[in-house]
Amino acid sequence: MDNGAGDDRLKTARAEGRGLPLKEGAVPLYDDDRIDTGLPLKEGAVPPYDVVVIGGGPAGLAAALGARRAGAGSVLILERDKRLGGILNQCIHDGFGLFLYNETITGPEYAERLAEDVGREGIRTETGAMVLDLGADRLLRVNSRSGYRLIRAGSVILAMGCRERTRDMIEIPGTRPAGILTAGSAQNLVNLQNLRIGNEAVILGSGDIGLIMARRLTYEGMAVKGVFEIMPWTNGLERNVRQCLMDFGIPLELSSTVIEVRGRDRVASVIVARVDEELRPVPGSEREVRCDTLLLSVGLIPENELARRAGVELSPLTGGAVVDETFMTSVPGIFSCGNVLQIHDVADFASHEGFAAGAFAARFARGELPAGDKVRLCPGRGVRYCLPQTARTGTANVDLSFRVTRPLRACRVTAVGRKSGKKYFGKKYGRLLPSELQRVRIRPAIEEDLEVACHE
Amino acid sequence: MKKPGAAQPGTPPPGAEARYDVVVIGGGVVGCAVLRELSRYDLSLLLLEKETDLAEGVSKANSGVIHGGFNVPPGSLKAGTNVAGLGLIYGLAAELRVPHRKTGKLVVALTDGEKPRLEELKTQGERNGTPGLEIVGEAGIRRIEPLARGRWALYSPHTGIISPYEFTVALAECGRRNGARVALEAPVESVEFRDGLFRLATPRGVFAARRVVNSAGLFADEVARLAGIDEFRIYPCRGEYLITDKDPGFRLGLPIYPVPPKDDPGLGIHITPTMEGNVLLGPSAEPVGDKRNTASTRTVMDRLKAEAARLMPELRKAPFIHSCAGIRPKLVDPRGREMFRDFVIEESAVRPGWINLLGIESPGLTAAPAIARMVVDMIGAKEDLRPKAVFDPGLPESPRFAAMDDGERKARVEGGSGWGEMVCRCEHVTRAEVEAALRNPFGARTMDAVKRRTRCGMGRCQGGFCAPRLVEIMQDEGVPLDRITKRGGGSRLFYGRIKR
Repeated sequence: MDNGAGDDRLKTARAEGRGLPLKEGAVPLYDDDRIDTGLPLKEGAVPPYDVVVIGGGPAGLAAALGARRAGAGSVLILERDKRLGGILNQCIHDGFGLFLYNETITGPEYAERLAEDVGREGIRTETGAMVLDLGADRLLRVNSRSGYRLIRAGSVILAMGCRERTRDMIEIPGTRPAGILTAGSAQNLVNLQNLRIGNEAVILGSGDIGLIMARRLTYEGMAVKGVFEIMPWTNGLERNVRQCLMDFGIPLELSSTVIEVRGRDRVASVIVARVDEELRPVPGSEREVRCDTLLLSVGLIPENELARRAGVELSPLTGGAVVDETFMTSVPGIFSCGNVLQIHDVADFASHEGFAAGAFAARFARGELPAGDKVRLCPGRGVRYCLPQTARTGTANVDLSFRVTRPLRACRVTAVGRKSGKKYFGKKYGRLLPSELQRVRIRPAIEEDLEVACHE
Repeated sequence: MKKPGAAQPGTPPPGAEARYDVVVIGGGVVGCAVLRELSRYDLSLLLLEKETDLAEGVSKANSGVIHGGFNVPPGSLKAGTNVAGLGLIYGLAAELRVPHRKTGKLVVALTDGEKPRLEELKTQGERNGTPGLEIVGEAGIRRIEPLARGRWALYSPHTGIISPYEFTVALAECGRRNGARVALEAPVESVEFRDGLFRLATPRGVFAARRVVNSAGLFADEVARLAGIDEFRIYPCRGEYLITDKDPGFRLGLPIYPVPPKDDPGLGIHITPTMEGNVLLGPSAEPVGDKRNTASTRTVMDRLKAEAARLMPELRKAPFIHSCAGIRPKLVDPRGREMFRDFVIEESAVRPGWINLLGIESPGLTAAPAIARMVVDMIGAKEDLRPKAVFDPGLPESPRFAAMDDGERKARVEGGSGWGEMVCRCEHVTRAEVEAALRNPFGARTMDAVKRRTRCGMGRCQGGFCAPRLVEIMQDEGVPLDRITKRGGGSRLFYGRIKR
């Protein structure tokens, strides 16, 4: 252990708020040759891992593969759950793999295929390992049964996924009984733990997990009384509305919401009401629906606690990091992909993003990513957000994702230079839905700030 | 090690009648403080709690403020026990290793017109013996708490914050270490007085006691009535709260209160930091018909935000993660013209040996240690209380992974037993801490009980990730599926398994 200048640099780094405080004379942490002491690397020293991926779901597994295939020597995946795959493991329905494998398979099968590739390519994985802290210096604090330690990486890929919005984030008044669950938690309890979570359910929100759980609970003999969605359109994929609700005769009520929960010990009923254009409940439209379970599928939030700790700039529009065309965040060497970057509606696309981010992260670890001025890509009319938010000046073939603000018919999406008015991209669409993440390629080299807009 | 679900301590064998010198009814902060204080003496003690966990009533849903003692009229029991309690509670919390902090507090006047009210409070506090009160202007407010807004403020340097449920549980655990027993899920259903003994019938058996301390909180009037004391009526007064994320984008250093509104049965909607950095807004004060009506309402949620933002504009941007409501046990009839009723701390004239602690609302948390001493004095006046040869006033620390430094974490994880397994992502709680909670002396077996002891589920995902994990761990620890509840009683989470 170096007690000289290295220590001082470490103290400075900590004083600047990077990482947790370490007591004077604290124990050095290491447990094998790949894992360093947590002290800053000496000049010319090589970090123990070229690329560390945080999260082993569809994006993280793909990111590790992407990094490996782009030549990263040592790659480590840290997964907090007991097995690789992340949320895929509880998604026992099919519909995965259409884009990646050209067939539809279940979530666990999809995870298995990616995990097999990861094993074949000699990528090191550790499950039950949770990253508790990440510094801008790419120093990770990790806890797992095999030890608490610090790991340093040449580059870090954030692939932690997202969490679900809760009852209190949308502020549903009423009592606080048992029987209120987010759809994803319910999916875990039902599919992985074989538990009967109730008898009669109401589902608030038409997110994909909620729709899929409507079908799942019906299969298991629960009565699903209805799905209520505050917006005038559904939040999930059309195929899920058709296959999970319509095929089972489960009512879907748009422009309506739950305004109160009743029941002391267990949910006894909910009060639902229609809402007006400003999403306010319409007086007189209230009605009581008896149920013992309320499932919430009211949105997903990229889980960026670690990104925040590292000082990564986040976008208020996506809830994820602001990235450039290489998926690098505002902190050099920290990359982001999958649901922690932006909420995807298809796992394959999260993986696709992972492959790309992984390849760039490998290049960064080798010191190959170019520096340079960046231009901004901004959402214009009709576009909720676009991503990446920046790109290096002169980059061609930038893959752009975007979502529209509301359902649109016969519209035209354009990317126009803010300075020159030059059209970099234009495409006609018969229909665009806010629930569907769109991906396009901007072929010309981008020389100025762009505005991405959608005209009906 | 006792597994949850095992027989509760204090439960007599079927048919038998367990005898105690003193039975305390109600496991809130007052009852638990009394239990600990009495456990100094050579007495056999039992606490009966009707719920599945301690602190399930008034003690779990309040601002968690250690009060200075200037809001209560001089000469009252409220004033006396508040100021005496203030002198005890910091030392006690330290002995019991309950997280707490002397933060100070600001009572803010938004206009010059409100300044005389601050002066009244200051005079009242000084007569009560509250130390260090000071009136400050705008510059003083900014210096003390840059987030607060106001023309004038009363600054109380000795006010503080504490986790009220952790304090309650710690008091009971300390009492238990000193020989007292605690029975949960033991509501008193009838009381008989015969041969100098009170016989208290509960679903867990009949318990006989020479003396009874009624600290049943919201239900203390009903419990007194069971003993034939029909002179009290408790009026439930609901207070709703909103709670922000622990990282709300600012760091509030101390509680900010408005000038107490004249017509408000509470202290007005205030803003209080927690030890972890969350901020509580509230409580409202609204008479309700039902003592269990802890529902939140749209109207009050909106009002809390609007009123709190006047004292602290930064709150407009705050992310809220939870709402809750508590009920104050008021002795003042909301329909009458009376504005103030004092705590009832007395031995019943009708039933000697029966001590009533009624109407213990704010500042009851601060006053509890002083009330406990009064109870000891009341019993000591009637019989010779012999101090035990050995009394352990404190508790060992329950280690928290989130609060450890790197070296300590490494050592813990190497020691095995669950420190390397993270259960709660938001609050960084390990399996070791969850197991310790499940195996604690009172066998915490509800989701809420584990949450209050470990913070597992208290973070921004509100249990979205850790609740399924907790369910697995509880089953590993031997809790049967049908006994996994949110907070006991009928709050079951599951209806069996889907497939055999």
